[in-house]
Amino acid sequence: MSEPIDPGAPRPGASPPSPSPSSKVQAESIGDGSTGQEHPQPTEFAFDAESEAEIGKLIAKYPPGRHASAVLPMLYLVQRQMGRQTGSAWVPRVAMDAVAARLGMPPIRVYEVATFYAMFNTTPIGRYHLQLCTTTPCWLRGSDDVVAACRQATGIRGWHETSADGMFTMTEVECLGACVNAPILQVDDDFYEDMDFDRTLALLDALRRGERPKPGPMIDRITSAPVGGPTTLTELGDLGAGQPTASPAEIRE
Amino acid sequence: MAKLTIDGIEVEVPNGSALIQACEAAGREIPRFCYHDRLSIAGNCRMCLVEVEKAPKPVASCAYPVADGMVVKTDSPMVRQARRGVMEFLLINHPLDCPICDQGGECDLQDQAFSYGRDHSRYLENKRAVKDKYLGPLVKTVMTRCIQCTRCIRFSAEIAGVPELGATARGEDMEVTTYVERALTSELSGNLIDICPVGALTSKPYAFVSRPWELKKTDSVDVLDALGTAIRIDARGAEVLRILPRVNDDINEEWLGDKSRFSLDGLKRRRLDRPWVRRDGKLRPASWTEAFTAIAERLRPGGRALPGERIGAIAGDLCDAESMVALRDLMTALGSANLDCRQDGARLDASRRDFYLFNSSIAGIDEADALLIVGANPRHEAPVLNARIRKRWMQGACAVGMIGPEAALTYPVHWLGDTPVALSGLQERVTREPAESATVDFATALRQAKRPMILVGQGALARPDGAAVLAACWRLAGAVGALTADWHGFNVLHTAAARVGALDLGFLPGPQGRDMEGMLGGGVDVLWLLGADEFDTSRIGPDTFVIYQGHHGDRGAARADVILPGAAYTEKNGTYVNTEGRVQRGFVAVLPPGEAREDWRILRAVSEVIGHRLPYDDLDGVRRRLVEVNPVFERGRRYARLACTDPGGPAGDPAAVAADAFRPAVPVYYLGNPISRASPTMQECVRVLTRGEAPALEAAE
Amino acid sequence: MLQDRDRIFTNLYGQHDWALDGARRRGDWDGTGAILARGREALVDEMKASGLRGRGGAGFPTGMKWSFMPKQSDGRPHYLVINADESEPGTCKDRDIMRHDPHKLIEGALVASFAMGAHASYIYIRGEFYNEARNLQAAIDQAYAAGLIGRNACGSGFDFDLYLHRGAGAYICGEETALLESLEGKKGQPRLKPPFPAAVGLYGCPTTVNNVESIAVAPTIMRRGASWFSALGRPKNTGTKLFCISGHVNKPCNVEEELGIPLRELIETYAGGVRGGWDNLLAIIPGGSSVPLLPKEICDTVLMDFDSLRDVKSGLGTAAVIVMDKSTDVIKAIWRLAKFYKHESCGQCTPCREGTGWMMRVLARMVEGRAELEEIDILEQVTRQVEGHTICALGDAAAWPIQGLIRHCRPAIEQRIAEYKRSAKPSRGPAMPLAAE
Repeated sequence: MSEPIDPGAPRPGASPPSPSPSSKVQAESIGDGSTGQEHPQPTEFAFDAESEAEIGKLIAKYPPGRHASAVLPMLYLVQRQMGRQTGSAWVPRVAMDAVAARLGMPPIRVYEVATFYAMFNTTPIGRYHLQLCTTTPCWLRGSDDVVAACRQATGIRGWHETSADGMFTMTEVECLGACVNAPILQVDDDFYEDMDFDRTLALLDALRRGERPKPGPMIDRITSAPVGGPTTLTELGDLGAGQPTASPAEIRE
Repeated sequence: MAKLTIDGIEVEVPNGSALIQACEAAGREIPRFCYHDRLSIAGNCRMCLVEVEKAPKPVASCAYPVADGMVVKTDSPMVRQARRGVMEFLLINHPLDCPICDQGGECDLQDQAFSYGRDHSRYLENKRAVKDKYLGPLVKTVMTRCIQCTRCIRFSAEIAGVPELGATARGEDMEVTTYVERALTSELSGNLIDICPVGALTSKPYAFVSRPWELKKTDSVDVLDALGTAIRIDARGAEVLRILPRVNDDINEEWLGDKSRFSLDGLKRRRLDRPWVRRDGKLRPASWTEAFTAIAERLRPGGRALPGERIGAIAGDLCDAESMVALRDLMTALGSANLDCRQDGARLDASRRDFYLFNSSIAGIDEADALLIVGANPRHEAPVLNARIRKRWMQGACAVGMIGPEAALTYPVHWLGDTPVALSGLQERVTREPAESATVDFATALRQAKRPMILVGQGALARPDGAAVLAACWRLAGAVGALTADWHGFNVLHTAAARVGALDLGFLPGPQGRDMEGMLGGGVDVLWLLGADEFDTSRIGPDTFVIYQGHHGDRGAARADVILPGAAYTEKNGTYVNTEGRVQRGFVAVLPPGEAREDWRILRAVSEVIGHRLPYDDLDGVRRRLVEVNPVFERGRRYARLACTDPGGPAGDPAAVAADAFRPAVPVYYLGNPISRASPTMQECVRVLTRGEAPALEAAE
Repeated sequence: MLQDRDRIFTNLYGQHDWALDGARRRGDWDGTGAILARGREALVDEMKASGLRGRGGAGFPTGMKWSFMPKQSDGRPHYLVINADESEPGTCKDRDIMRHDPHKLIEGALVASFAMGAHASYIYIRGEFYNEARNLQAAIDQAYAAGLIGRNACGSGFDFDLYLHRGAGAYICGEETALLESLEGKKGQPRLKPPFPAAVGLYGCPTTVNNVESIAVAPTIMRRGASWFSALGRPKNTGTKLFCISGHVNKPCNVEEELGIPLRELIETYAGGVRGGWDNLLAIIPGGSSVPLLPKEICDTVLMDFDSLRDVKSGLGTAAVIVMDKSTDVIKAIWRLAKFYKHESCGQCTPCREGTGWMMRVLARMVEGRAELEEIDILEQVTRQVEGHTICALGDAAAWPIQGLIRHCRPAIEQRIAEYKRSAKPSRGPAMPLAAE
């Protein structure tokens, strides 16, 4: 299974390049960038207690008077809070204003930032954010099949669209930086690696059931080591001894 | 200084200059879109590429610092090829709509395309279309034309200090926008139209009105505030179609306030284009002769001349000096000393010129290192001057304090209170020995400043204790070392373009003369209003015979018994003195409508009818008379800012200040004069920007 | 072949404890205080002597970069900013360092910061590396708790703070000045240079931006000596390097090897060879998406180092080897990279903003063959109009893969166009919208 080749239609909704001169100008610019007003926006936003507890720590990372540096972390905070509160992790415009006020920035500077970086959703998304890498290294290893599987399982046709049941939003992303484990399907914060059509269907099924399979390679493989086991770092003796630590959370305790 | 060779021409420029400036010094023109010498450097359009010897690739001359010994080529094959490439990129997504674009004929992109464009497009894909943005009643957008040079964004953030424009998204989806559909709230937004190098931001009121080559261009001076901004009046036939700023680094650099730029549609509305005479309680059209006869009769009731003290004159805010000197002479001839130019009742002291001028000069703001604003909102009273204060503040090391109503001035201020009591408190603190304190408060900053400025607005003076406030400000100026032979830091910010000229001409009560208060309420029998519309005309005594001479059917005309139709500032050769005391001339751009005439000529004509012929028959004559009255009007006299040679202060007891809060002198920026009140554009600005109502539906184009 | 004892990243695959105890067993944090005691100059000299060239792509000598920082502070703080915005397609080496060997990076940050008089350092990690950031932050917290960083780091008397800052999805933030803009809370738009970051960097202060790998190898270089490092690899291309081998190989993987290893040996030894055998090889992109591809003939013999690859008009870049076998539609593979650059262009300067979209769209038609032969030359010219005319190197990076395609695969494009013309029904109209046929 693979996606029909249509490299000429880079954006959802745009018709493929047409040879007819009469259609020279078309609205190709409708993206998630500047369409902040084209879907319902909440009229107010306030940081909840969980977010408030974080804000001080975030700002403390930067020198006095450089609070604007915290704009990316603050927008993440907003997105996470929205996910917590509404099930849709996105950044509404009023929340950008709240961030601007908190950091002493003109709101337009926050709008610029929120629309510049691809990871901020300026429109609502589904419960699970399926972020599919289709850049060349993933494409060479079959990302078309992963895309096709997602489309089949969710019924989503375009990019940055949400399934009818509100469960999934599919976003095409650029290289995720895990290319030796291509193709990658990022679900929210987690990378699912070495995917193919069937493994994708299985993953989405699990998500629907409310399960969160362990991220990482979906085949028998140790992280970025070659299939079949490492061929280097095998002669280290006790240099490499010790077991992998389970999770950062355990370390913090 | 760095010595460079540019196309074989040796030039020397200061270290730290940009290469583009060195190229200009060598007389080489460098095409540019994003570079603007009053804005920060963006370096993004890549049109100004030049070849620098030993550099592997062309460099953007706007962003490249000069170095001694640099050898530069501005017209080599490498340069030409690079610029052609950039031009092609700029054009691939730029619409081919020049025939319907208002920028046509004065478009940088169009001009440069002649030099660097191809005769056909190699780009065969679909062009990008960008949604237009609503920026308010003044600035029209056609965003598909935008070349993302970001000049407008930088202007808003840096010059206007109202950062509402930005570029959202990225790559080819990057769009200049406010993101939230909302009118720009800057009083300088019209300048966006000037700095936009293409037709993305154009004038909304001027949309599809004219082409630049159809316009007759007249240099003149703006009168809608007291700065004396240099303007160019563009007219076609009898109609003023456009007003643009001219460069004058001493006053406005190259900016113009929105009121001054966009009030011009008020010049066509509610105009007085013929004389009127009130008969049986109703104003009726009349001939000039009838109007003059009515005046003559009223001045000689029963054949006997009315005593001079029963006659008075008030000069308005937009008057040229010529008409004011003529009216003053006429009043003198009639034996009247009842003159006043202070419609707002400002307690100005005209006994010395530096008591009422902006003595540091506007350009002097650049040198100030502390500024106290008293009873003024420069953003509304003189937005261009406010931008200059902001520019100074941006350079750092200049604290700004404010006593008066709290206002967003586009730069942070130490707000010290809104009553004159705060002034007394400050006086106390600057004279006291400095306390050991880690925090540098504004009083300390003001005291330690080498070039402190005190800016006094009309809101501080147009009140019963105005003279006391004026004296208190002067005393404070003295205490902080602002009154010295090489720095005069005492500044009065006027709001009326005519005011300083009137004060220079002594358009004030003479010995035993009545001031404005004295003339109202029946203090005189005949009251001559020369364009005076900014006071409550119901306070004129019911039996007072009012002669209104002016150009708009506004408040004064409504109360008049005789109306003499005069000329607006675009229709006459006039002399104006700005707030810093600079004498400037405006020129006729179009003729006054109908039977309206230049104002001094009307007065000259009346004088003959009433038997007190004024001794000048032409403009030169009137102007000789101006010089006679005050040598500041001498032709060719260069402006020089005043030194303070006498610290003796204006009349008034600094201790007699009241505790009432200062009130703004210009409550609504977009109004304040009969032209702006008649302007539909200004009314729309008031609706949308001052009252926050929804914009009127725009006509389909 | 590199011996395991000369490998720096001994927990590359995360088989062992990535946290502090494990790191210590692998030799990290061993005598760090003594390293610092050698003094700033000595550390910079050691780094210079090692010949390490920056591992982020440009290959600028790291020691020299360190030496550009002012020797004395003029009152402004100095900063080390670590570029962990690993986003170059094909590249996934820093990810392994941060999730499996974070203490190497943290110790390196301390050593490098000390060498440059920086009391604070920021690691700018790409936003998508959420779990990697969690590991790294936990490791930073451990290092603080153990007194390795923070006040009096490692008992050296040197105070050092290390902060982790997450990006949010913008490849351009891997460009050092865009990264600084982003860290300051702005859009990631590259700055005009000069001034360079060593003079005016983060918050207007002297700043050095180094890649994760460059910093993470520093402690080992200091411990084992510049001469050990420089004995590995080839002259002017010294040391070991993490290679990422992706695409059409039997066993894609990351591996640490010496610079200068033959490309074929690298692939056949570690990645299980090209799918279908070496003769099934079509082309290889040897250093991440920004470098031009190499056809098989060159791949047969070329060595994997900065200078060897430059000599064949490509580059080592990030040493991300993207392998394409004969089944690959190479035009489409490069079109997808063009789409990547179009998506990642910051939009600031004209040639890149407009040129990346143009190149992508022409290539999109060429994938189908819906183009004229002359357009190949026009496309080539467009890449030249972008290259060298932009504020940052993204314009160059967007142009080079296409230039490589045209240089090495022109016949494939011509053939595609010819096939399209043969198959095109009259109703489909002319290939070029406006060309008269």
